[in-house]
Amino acid sequence: MQTSFINIENIRNDFPILKRKVHKDKPLVYLDNAATTQKPIQVIEAISNYYLNYNSNIHRAVHELAEEATLAYETTRDKIAKFINAKNREEIIFVRGTTEAINLVAYAWGRQNINKDDIIVTTEYEHHSNIVPWQLLAKEKGAKLEYIGVDDNGELILDHLDNYLKTGKVKIVTFSQMSNVLGTITNSEEIVKRCKAYGVRVLIDGAQSVPHLKVDLQKLDCDFFAFSAHKMLGPTGVGVLWARKELLQEMVPFNGGGDMIREVHKYETTWNDLPYKFEAGTPNIADVIGFAAAIDYLDNIGMDKVREHEMELTKYALDKLSQMKGIILYGPKDVTKRGGVISFNLGDIHPHDLATIIDEDGIAIRSGHHCAQVLMERLDVSATSRASFYIYNTKEEIDVFIRSLNRAKELFKL
Amino acid sequence: MSSADIYREIILDYYRNPRNYGKIQNPDIAQRDSNPLCGDELEMHLNIKDDKVADVKFTGKGCAISQASASMLTELILGKDFEYVKKLTKEDILDNLGLHDLGPARIKCALLSLKVLKSGLYSYLVDKLKDTASADKIKEEASGLY
Repeated sequence: MQTSFINIENIRNDFPILKRKVHKDKPLVYLDNAATTQKPIQVIEAISNYYLNYNSNIHRAVHELAEEATLAYETTRDKIAKFINAKNREEIIFVRGTTEAINLVAYAWGRQNINKDDIIVTTEYEHHSNIVPWQLLAKEKGAKLEYIGVDDNGELILDHLDNYLKTGKVKIVTFSQMSNVLGTITNSEEIVKRCKAYGVRVLIDGAQSVPHLKVDLQKLDCDFFAFSAHKMLGPTGVGVLWARKELLQEMVPFNGGGDMIREVHKYETTWNDLPYKFEAGTPNIADVIGFAAAIDYLDNIGMDKVREHEMELTKYALDKLSQMKGIILYGPKDVTKRGGVISFNLGDIHPHDLATIIDEDGIAIRSGHHCAQVLMERLDVSATSRASFYIYNTKEEIDVFIRSLNRAKELFKL
Repeated sequence: MSSADIYREIILDYYRNPRNYGKIQNPDIAQRDSNPLCGDELEMHLNIKDDKVADVKFTGKGCAISQASASMLTELILGKDFEYVKKLTKEDILDNLGLHDLGPARIKCALLSLKVLKSGLYSYLVDKLKDTASADKIKEEASGLY
């Protein structure tokens, strides 16, 4: 049951949902972690403890409950800053998720800094959340959106980046640190280095990377960084935008309202200090507090161990899958270059049919375009099946998954 | 229903060897739709003569259920008159496929073709026949399929 890196039995005991059965009597094999992860009891209890014992609005009231809630909320900010090695706590902005973080940058930074004929560079393996906000901005400003291509190994073709940079018109380069379809780990430091040489801003989408790799923002040296709590054991509805302090200071607010102001007069308002300037209205206090428990949980295991465990599972799964007749595997073969996300197609079984069949055996995977239709076009497929792993998955579960794939092949007479 | 019941020989046969697959040059009705959740695509072409379906073809990408459903639907309506097509219900489609008790996610796959057909018919009634009275009912019906 155990890989050599973490005590998986103890971990599984912390996740009540892993004990449930699906389709009457099938143990749940949850392999849809790139979509959202399950939550340990520590996170669930942190949220209910807030509601049971110190539910209160934060920042303004002076009573004891408010002080406790404010402390718990702000402590999360410190924990996150430490977790991703951000220099300043006030650079951590709480948002609803990665999507909102990227939209915030496109709106509040993009509208001030992108002009007609400027170029915004993204990549062919982005999630729709890192394409559509830039399309909207480009249309509004008459700017151009360009794509770094993906090679047959599932890696970015950095020559494309160089060609765009040489035009002198690129204002921002925005990319995912790990592809949600291919699992490819982007050579982020190299991209940042090349962009810096041209004074170009860089946004990194860390939705898939922060849950699975040690991320060090000071080493990465990008300008904006976004990720979500729910893909790393935390609750839905909370995410983080990190941005350099000097950029946040220059940016206009995204939402106007309470908490983000210093003084409001009839026709003029001055903004609150960072990070509150970007946190208008009552935030998602309970889930931010739950997020801290998720960070603690991952910290206790250690991100290096999380990564090692997932590499071992991915290698095990890739070895087994690649022996199946009629399978097409997407993404890098080398597990040091990819995360625990495996996209594939099996014969002519459509991914939706495959997911329906193996669901009967209790296995949850994702099928479809994974909010990455640009990449689907590049791969020349309409959909893929995707299995993705996390700290509580085991080799035995991968065996169940492989057996179920073989049953699907039999049903389809392959 | 279990996948052994869904993926019967006949469904797989229509998936792998779809009848009436292709396009019609200058069709009287051309209608395309996709399922935004899964990206399945379907396009249907029809020729109408004497208020009857004189020819029908489809193209598309998608799962076995959606493609078999579309192919079987083309066979069902070929040569039939307008009234027949107007009256087709989702139960007719599921009966024809032999698929019942599909889950909420998969029933959309089975009904995409009927949605495309009804939407195409609606446009034809409005644009060519100026028949808005019965068209509105069909439009409502088509949008209710999802």
